[in-house]
Amino acid sequence: MPHVEHGGRHDGRDRVQHRAGLTAAVVLVSLLALPARSQVTAVSGAPLVVVPEPAAAKPPVPAPVPGAFQAPRPARGLIWKDVPDDAGRAVDLSWESSPDDGIQLVDGYYLMRSESPGGPWTLVDSVTARVATCRDQSTSLRRDVAYFYRVDAYGPGGVTPAGSVTGPAIASSQWFNHTRLSVLLLTMLFFAFVLFFIQSAQGEGKKPFLRRIPGIDAIEEAIGRATEMGRPVLYVPGVQDIEDMQTVQALIILESVAKTTARYETPIKVPVSYPIPFTIAQEMVKSGYVHAGRAEQYDPESVQFVSPEQFAYVAAITGVMMRDKPGAHIFLGAFFAESLLLAEAGHATGAIQVAGTANAGQLPFFVVACDYTLIGEELFAASAYLSGEPKLVGSLKGADLMKIAIILLVVVGCVIETFGQHGLTQWLATQ
Amino acid sequence: MKREIPLFVTAAVGLFMILSFFVPHQAVSVPADFLQQSAIIIVAFGIVLGGANLLRVNLEAVVRRQPGWTYKLVLIAGLVVTVALGLIEGRDFQAAGTRSTWIYDQVYSSMSSAMFALLAFFIASAAFRAFRIRTTEAALLAVAALIVMMGRVPLGGVLTAGLPHELRIETLAQWILDVPQNAANRAILIGAALGVMATGLRVILGIERSYLSGED
Amino acid sequence: MSLAAFFERLDRRWIYVIMALLVLVPLLWPLNLPLEASPPVRAYHDAIAALPPGSTVLMSCDFDPASRPELEPMTRTTLRQLFRKHCKVVVVVLYPGGARLVDGIVQDVARENRQVDGVDYVNLGYKAGNEAVMVLMGQSIAGTFPRDHSGRDVTGLPIMQSVRNYSSCALLVSLSVGYPGTKEYVQQVQGRFHIPIISGVTAVSAPTLYPYLQTGQLSGMLGGMAGAAEYEDLRLERGMASRGMDAQSLAHLFIALCIVLGNLAQWERKRKEAA
Repeated sequence: MPHVEHGGRHDGRDRVQHRAGLTAAVVLVSLLALPARSQVTAVSGAPLVVVPEPAAAKPPVPAPVPGAFQAPRPARGLIWKDVPDDAGRAVDLSWESSPDDGIQLVDGYYLMRSESPGGPWTLVDSVTARVATCRDQSTSLRRDVAYFYRVDAYGPGGVTPAGSVTGPAIASSQWFNHTRLSVLLLTMLFFAFVLFFIQSAQGEGKKPFLRRIPGIDAIEEAIGRATEMGRPVLYVPGVQDIEDMQTVQALIILESVAKTTARYETPIKVPVSYPIPFTIAQEMVKSGYVHAGRAEQYDPESVQFVSPEQFAYVAAITGVMMRDKPGAHIFLGAFFAESLLLAEAGHATGAIQVAGTANAGQLPFFVVACDYTLIGEELFAASAYLSGEPKLVGSLKGADLMKIAIILLVVVGCVIETFGQHGLTQWLATQ
Repeated sequence: MKREIPLFVTAAVGLFMILSFFVPHQAVSVPADFLQQSAIIIVAFGIVLGGANLLRVNLEAVVRRQPGWTYKLVLIAGLVVTVALGLIEGRDFQAAGTRSTWIYDQVYSSMSSAMFALLAFFIASAAFRAFRIRTTEAALLAVAALIVMMGRVPLGGVLTAGLPHELRIETLAQWILDVPQNAANRAILIGAALGVMATGLRVILGIERSYLSGED
Repeated sequence: MSLAAFFERLDRRWIYVIMALLVLVPLLWPLNLPLEASPPVRAYHDAIAALPPGSTVLMSCDFDPASRPELEPMTRTTLRQLFRKHCKVVVVVLYPGGARLVDGIVQDVARENRQVDGVDYVNLGYKAGNEAVMVLMGQSIAGTFPRDHSGRDVTGLPIMQSVRNYSSCALLVSLSVGYPGTKEYVQQVQGRFHIPIISGVTAVSAPTLYPYLQTGQLSGMLGGMAGAAEYEDLRLERGMASRGMDAQSLAHLFIALCIVLGNLAQWERKRKEAA
């Protein structure tokens, strides 16, 4: 992993973004202090209202066979509980089963709901026999509205409503999902590490140290070799759309690559699989040429939209390889099954190949068929490595420190699990 | 303002979506759901944009008789015919017996399968060239590859059927998949996830802004 | 001519011809090699076997014709096992290019098992949006897929009367070739909605999902055609995957031979250079 020391240029304008990030972290922490509504009001309710058997709309049930079975005895002890950590869209109900449950007089239970203790009642759900819990999460349930619930036992002998109803039950929303506390703390720790090292890297004013990453150094070497051969450079930014961070990273690196090819006056070809990355790729290449002072040499046709269809895309690229015979192939981004086709077809042309992806399943194919491979997060380090900007390199150090924290957590977790203590594992399991 | 507004929108929406993971309250979850549904619509519109660009570029190439223009003509014809048939056949274009279904089954499906099948040939030639044992690590790689390859097919089980269960090749292959491979995969997964988070944080906070437009 | 020289001069197309023959011949004259189910495959099978009869199962078939040899056998055998348990199957497709293929498979197996469309199963078709669709299904499956693959309003279908979201489903079966697929379901759905997930994936994706299998986030997994063949064997079927394993066995043996011969050639060349 990259090892970084302090130092970097100072850029006061960026303090604003850092403050925004720290403010966001403070907001998230303050949410922990906000009381969830369910902690202030009643969370669960015992039966609060007792009413005689209501005469209301009955749920659909086959007519009982006279004399064959008797109606089941009612269920009792219905209680409600607001489902925690949600947006007020569900209520949990539980009850004591009918004494006739398990002797074939009970086929199941109907869960009935009303906005008043006397009805009218609406069927919201049903469960089979031997089940004594149910969650009302029907779309008709409104938050912060008081409801009353009743559970009716039904069987071959008919339907028997419960002797009592429970309520008022209120589904309320909470401001914080407590089961994700561990994720929140680790995320904030990570953000804090990254922001701290970005700020300290800028404050120190000198370029921080990064260990050598041969694959990234090889990019310039590859472009140089293509220039010597008088051949273009082929740059493939992956097969995914812009929502994949690997595609974003590949497009960021494209600017550096385009700047280098512009400096060397080597043509670059960039086939792109999706429309949005296509427009960004055009901007990146143009920007590279502008920053190299060769704006007039920029060719808009150098970036081409091909197809989102995976194998159509790779067929088009292998066609470019066979016809145009680029001297260097750079495959950076998200790749899937086409990785081997690209790499192997590219190898057959004799070009120097540099690849990088975070899709672990495709790494073996690139390692086998390419000259250099960036593995996993080396791809995400590339933009910082190529630009050398202190704030970007500082973020790498923050990520490194987080990795050390995770390693420590893994070691500690393994030790305490070995001694039969599962608290840490349970706390880390998200809901 | 040309860059500041997109930066602000990116930061605001990015932080809001992170917040929505922790805050179930409707004040956050309802707008977050709306944004996610909007993302679906934007992705769908992107296909239209891409199709239009594809037509424009390839039509220009055909008109100018650029090298390989005949292949571009085939591409345009395929695109136009498939879209036209789909429109003519209406909502039931995917029903059995339609021309669109015929194109899917006989052309798209066949060509797609053929391209995927090429992997078998390429892996053979890649294996022949690339599994050269020059270092200890390369030797470990080659031995593990051989064990897993033969352990995952019934022929491997037949060849080692006479050995104790623990030494059979399928058991060794399963152990390699369960233990060392799993550990390495986890490490790459965690590292890549941290890389994604770091890049995402840089993009959200505007530290990484070259993706907007390189020109100042 | 030395081994090294022979392989240096060998046209790679000979390798392709031999590979083609080794794949074609066993398909025409099967070897019927015996199969033994591995633990992840057993877990996949047992997860379905443990379902109460009549359970609702959500099946996400995210593959296209290119991965048909690996995923179609899994899909067919899974559907048969589910239909024989009288499970209600809700099929969704998140992978573009797969909708028509998946519908064909579902209709075929349903017809074979005399299942009624809209009552015993439904194919809700394809929806663009990847992870966003997965998360939205957690609120309402009918809201995310208002119409099924045939264009019918899903709220009128008997099977959908009891299906709201993931909590209405006893199991999620993810059969995927890449993105979006099993990994995204584990990340976006398993932790939030606690629905058990079993998965069928291509052989190349299987190793990357072993971490989730080991932690229990996946309850079972079929890896590639080998996994599909082992699953067919458990179900006492001899389908596409089982027939394909003979060809795959010989192909693997050939690749192993290529690795060995390549190294022998390299050692011979080194020995000569040293001499």
